[in-house]
Amino acid sequence: MTISAPPSDLAPRLAGLSLAEIAIPNGREEEWRFTPLARLAGLHSLTEAPQSVSFKIDAPAGVEIAEAEATSTFPAADRIAAAAANLSETVLSVTIPAEAVLDKTVLLRINGGAGAAVGRFEVRAGKYSQAEVLLDHTGSGAQAVAGHFIVADGAQLTIVSVHDGDRDHVLAGQHAISLGRDSKVTHVVVTLGGDVVRLVTTVEYTQPGGDAIMSGAFFTDAGQHHEHRLFVDHAVPHCRSDVMYKGVLQGDEAHSVWIGDVLIRGNAVGTSTYEMNRNLLLTDGARADSVPNLEIETGEIEGAGHASTTGRFDEEQIFYLTSRGIPVVEAKRLVVRGFLTEVIDRIPAEDVRQRLLVGVERRLGDSVSLFQDGPDA
Amino acid sequence: MSVLEIKDLHVRVETENGPKEILKGVNLTIRSGETHAIMGPNGSGKSTLAYSIAGHPRYEVTSGSVLLDGVDVLEMSVDERARAGLFLAMQYPVEVPGVSVSNFLRTAVTAVRGEAPKLRDWLKELKGAMSDLSVDPAFAERNVNEGFSGGERKRHEILQLGLLKPKFAVLDETDSGLDVDALKVVSDGVNRTRETGEAGILLITHTTRLLRQIPVDFVHVFVEGRVAAEGGPELAELIDANGYEQYQTVGARD
Ligand SMILES: Nc1ncnc2c1ncn2[C@@H]1O[C@H](COP(=O)(O)OP(=O)(O)OP(=O)(O)O)[C@@H](O)[C@H]1O
Ligand SMILES: [Mg+2]
Repeated sequence: MTISAPPSDLAPRLAGLSLAEIAIPNGREEEWRFTPLARLAGLHSLTEAPQSVSFKIDAPAGVEIAEAEATSTFPAADRIAAAAANLSETVLSVTIPAEAVLDKTVLLRINGGAGAAVGRFEVRAGKYSQAEVLLDHTGSGAQAVAGHFIVADGAQLTIVSVHDGDRDHVLAGQHAISLGRDSKVTHVVVTLGGDVVRLVTTVEYTQPGGDAIMSGAFFTDAGQHHEHRLFVDHAVPHCRSDVMYKGVLQGDEAHSVWIGDVLIRGNAVGTSTYEMNRNLLLTDGARADSVPNLEIETGEIEGAGHASTTGRFDEEQIFYLTSRGIPVVEAKRLVVRGFLTEVIDRIPAEDVRQRLLVGVERRLGDSVSLFQDGPDA
Repeated sequence: MSVLEIKDLHVRVETENGPKEILKGVNLTIRSGETHAIMGPNGSGKSTLAYSIAGHPRYEVTSGSVLLDGVDVLEMSVDERARAGLFLAMQYPVEVPGVSVSNFLRTAVTAVRGEAPKLRDWLKELKGAMSDLSVDPAFAERNVNEGFSGGERKRHEILQLGLLKPKFAVLDETDSGLDVDALKVVSDGVNRTRETGEAGILLITHTTRLLRQIPVDFVHVFVEGRVAAEGGPELAELIDANGYEQYQTVGARD
């Protein structure tokens, strides 16, 4: 299903507004129409501060950690992100000093407890620094999180965000990425758990030469809602974006939403962008909504394209593999792993790759009976 | 010593215009060590026979039986048939994105042999099997059939024949799309299996080109969904000279 929406829907146009000025969504808005509001534990309608998210941080020497009052404005794209930013009393700030090259991952853990909570953090990657940050979301409860990544000139920042909460977990929020001159961000999302995960990722380029590699892999099981929304704003010349999300869905009421909005503004000459979302439906009853939007306001670009496909298991592939003696369940595992390979190859951390693979295998294994009388058995 | 018996096999497929009967009573018996050829015009049902033996879900067997050493193969799932010793080299093998040849072959060999080969032995075996078919070692890291040329696809099928060592192998148009050199390499591969004397081979073709490279014991002429004539290798020469016309019903001639 493809319904086009103007890219500006995801633009961080709520920056600087107070919560009182932002209407509470009713579900009919373009940006909320896919989201099951009733399952958000009220995150979309917060008016006062609930609990605070507790971050556990583990960073190598040299990284500066501070918890302070917010000084910068968070470029919120929607009301949940605005609530996370405005209602958090403090901001957890992680600073990677200029020219530092970290040999260890900065680990930021959010293990949610009961009830609603808001949290805000920022990662400042100093000029010419190189670092990797792993955001690990587990536990239960409902968290609204606003994460701001400010990547200075020449810096290279890898962000891996794993969403692997309990089956009742609700996680919503925004990653706002701001790229300096000739900087590079590699953003990887791995979504496996939870009842609802809804992440908006926005990318802005402040200077030419920025490079954003955005990848995601999700496995959406029966009853889960996984929503990934991206807004890449090419407002300056000679920047690059490459978006690749792949999803596997199985079971009744498994629902994934992928919105990929890319805007190439009039002066963003020399832009190169490609975005892709591919979904593989393993069973009936699962639904993948995928909406790529590419809006181009200048002809002088290097390249722009998008692709979106949602398909079922290919009967001929399964026949070929099983005709070589490979049992059906194993054949399907091979096909699913093969399908995800392209994204897995873009995950830099071996342990995260393993976590994804094990998570996928476990979910496939849980559904052996589903497979045996699946669509092509 | 094994025997594969196909008895009065009737098969149909679902088409846009309702079910269509394609196999209309096929009888065929193959024993270990024998090489049979099935020759027939386009559309006569040769691939349908091959797919039906392998258990492709699109082909519905309406009557008849396929017995492997007396055991009903039609009761088995596709993978069970392969583990029981049946192999089909496909006319049009499909791509499996993201699955490497080496991973695929090792998984298949493990399934068919019932245990994983030791990694060191396996690497040696695979290397040997690949060099026998003049396949570049880099081939193992490519994805199954993805971007393979026609010749590479066929070599890959015969590579599997050598590694899986089936009791009975059906080779569907393994010669099509091969140039002279590739035909030689592929035929040599089939002949190595043939010369073990342990496998029964059913070659499906509609030219005699392959039969000049692979000696056959029996030839079956396949027309309009059944075996219309049978004989020794001389029958192939006869067909080469006269075509299939004498075996076709008047209405079916074009
Ligand atoms: N899945 C299918 N749906 C509809 N018709 C089919 C299907 N499979 C086979 N047929 C038809 O059955 C007949 C036999 O096809 P089959 O592929 O078995 O012939 P063949 O002898 O292998 O031909 P070729 O020499 O071209 O490979 C043809 O008329 C074909 O169109
Ligand atoms: Mg055929």
